[in-house]
Amino acid sequence: MSHVRVLVGTRKGGFILEADGRRKKWEVSGPHFPGWEIYHIKGSPVDPDRLYASQSSGWFGQVMQRSRDGGKTWETVGNEFTYDGVPGTHQWYDGTPHPWEFKRVWHLEPSLTDPDTVYAGVEDAALFRSVDGGASWAEVSGLRKHGSGPRWQPGAGGMCLHTILLDPSNPDRIFIAISAAGAFRTDDGGKSWRPINRGLRSEFMPEPEAEVGHCVHRIAMHPSRPNVLFMQKHWDVMRSDDGGDSWREVSGNLPSDFGFPIGIHTHEPETVYVVPIKSDSEHYPPEGKLRVYRSRTGGNEWEALTTGLPQQDCYVNVLRDAMAVDTLEECGIYFGTTGGQVYASADAGDSWAPIVRDLPAVLSVEGQTLPS
Amino acid sequence: MIRVGLPYPLQALAQIQGEVELDLEVPITRAAILDALEARYPVLRGTIRDGASGKRRPFLRFFACARDLSHEDADAPVPEAVVRGEEPFLIVGAVAGG
Repeated sequence: MSHVRVLVGTRKGGFILEADGRRKKWEVSGPHFPGWEIYHIKGSPVDPDRLYASQSSGWFGQVMQRSRDGGKTWETVGNEFTYDGVPGTHQWYDGTPHPWEFKRVWHLEPSLTDPDTVYAGVEDAALFRSVDGGASWAEVSGLRKHGSGPRWQPGAGGMCLHTILLDPSNPDRIFIAISAAGAFRTDDGGKSWRPINRGLRSEFMPEPEAEVGHCVHRIAMHPSRPNVLFMQKHWDVMRSDDGGDSWREVSGNLPSDFGFPIGIHTHEPETVYVVPIKSDSEHYPPEGKLRVYRSRTGGNEWEALTTGLPQQDCYVNVLRDAMAVDTLEECGIYFGTTGGQVYASADAGDSWAPIVRDLPAVLSVEGQTLPS
Repeated sequence: MIRVGLPYPLQALAQIQGEVELDLEVPITRAAILDALEARYPVLRGTIRDGASGKRRPFLRFFACARDLSHEDADAPVPEAVVRGEEPFLIVGAVAGG
């Protein structure tokens, strides 16, 4: 029987949760790198025991970690993220130009074909790539230099590149998203990029339908259908059927269309999951009820999934990288909260149970399905 | 032999217990201490000073002989008591964040 490994990054360390295919009884290891912020841990699709982790601290900066044995042992790798050329400026919160400064790695995306190649999405927003297992990093600078960079601005959490989607059908196509700049796509392996934000509307901008400046929180893609994208924006849940060339809103009957993560069922590309949050100033579930919403119709029609989730007095948040799926026959879904709970569903969201309840605030969750 | 004290998180990262002893040639400067420290423990590169600019990380300070040396030139000699090994060169994480 296959088993699953859930990689959890928190404000004070990393944790690895493992279970067999029934996903009922879990073993917890950690904290790995105790006391450090672990923004993201992710495994290589071609070598699941090859893990990469982003370890950072306001005091000590960025450290990068790599494991060759599924997180049993770790080795530090390169932590120099130098912007290509003269970094230039982006907008600061008050609209003034502000120099680009590296702060941390938010998201790691290992290559679909090579365990030594991995992408890193960083703050201040840029995309880096390593082709030597993380030993060295080079900026994919066509993104930051394509022209709209000076108009990007930080969201409340910083100006982060948080989503990297690699198209399994086209190695030259990559989607990324930045808060608050929007979504971007390359079709030539990263040499050139263009904004793909047509159809987004953001009332906080002087020009609500501008080409860039949107606070995209997360994008999701099903590997069988890479032209279809789902987006959780600052407000609004959106869908694109043309690789991001245009977007339409699919928030439908959600109790709030504000939120952070968005996920897709492993075997049903029209089944989408979000966690509605009350508002941009009240980062907790509406009515104090933690509900995952599922659409089986690719958006617009949503059902609340509540079994096993707290339905009163719950005021946690679920951050953008903190939801994941596994690839077992009955799709498992996982999400972590700022209250330190990691919930698992072994039945595509119909019911939930906490794996752990008392971790530090969860920043990220990734799922791996492994042969026994 | 000079003595260097590191904050606990960096000791843990570099798998160090207690102070680090470094054998350096005079004149001994802060830059020379950090160069030697990073050469012995490459994992510390970028954690005390920015890897590209060499600037001290804002929440770290350098103390020795009851003095704050954080704002002194990185190429200025450290106090004689540090050079003689009588006093440690302390790298200290600021008390910040509540």
